Amino acid sequence: MAKSNEPIWWSLFSAGGVVAAFFFPITIIITAIVCSADWISAAGLQKLAGHSLARLYLFVLISLPLFHWAHRFRYIGMDLGLKSLSGILPVVCYGAALLGTGLAVFFLVWA
Amino acid sequence: MPSTWWLKRKSYFMFMVRELTCLFVGGYALFLLILVSQLNDADGFAALLKNPLVIVLQVIALPMVLYHTVTWLNLTPKVLVIWRGESRVSPVLIAAAHYLAWLVVSVIILWIVSMYR
Repeated sequence: MAKSNEPIWWSLFSAGGVVAAFFFPITIIITAIVCSADWISAAGLQKLAGHSLARLYLFVLISLPLFHWAHRFRYIGMDLGLKSLSGILPVVCYGAALLGTGLAVFFLVWA
Repeated sequence: MPSTWWLKRKSYFMFMVRELTCLFVGGYALFLLILVSQLNDADGFAALLKNPLVIVLQVIALPMVLYHTVTWLNLTPKVLVIWRGESRVSPVLIAAAHYLAWLVVSVIILWIVSMYR
């Protein structure tokens, strides 16, 4: 059987799907509705983001869902007529997710 | 095959809606990335959260992400088949346990955030 990278991308897609399913709705409610209604201040959220556990949470919520998008979009893009890009599409999608993961580490750890 | 095949049937259409939720999942992850890039800038951080366009986009993304959650959790009994002795644990029970976990996790996160008002 030919070697394939598929299991790695599928695992990241699946992990990202779980993370997005469980954590995205409440996080969107917090950043959109709560902040605009002034129930929670931006300064308060920023202070919370100073904790290392909150930073880990943000990292997981950025990186894994990006891989979820990359994998799903790679295949649905083909179904929607991007077949001519079948060679470059995975590179662009997974590359963007890897870049986003690197930037997340930079902003959350070094910056 | 023409690229409009998914408009032919409702089930194909709902499949496409499910797959396209990935655009909103990826879009919100990108927003979080931009947000954390502003962590050291109090004004930029607040300005981003209060930007009307950002709020509108999040209000549009919320139902799409909820659709992702529902379709994802509804598939959990297919992935997780549990046997107790000779009998299979009811798929409804497995899905319900995941919905309950989702609710508990959401309340805990809201509670933690509410301590930083």
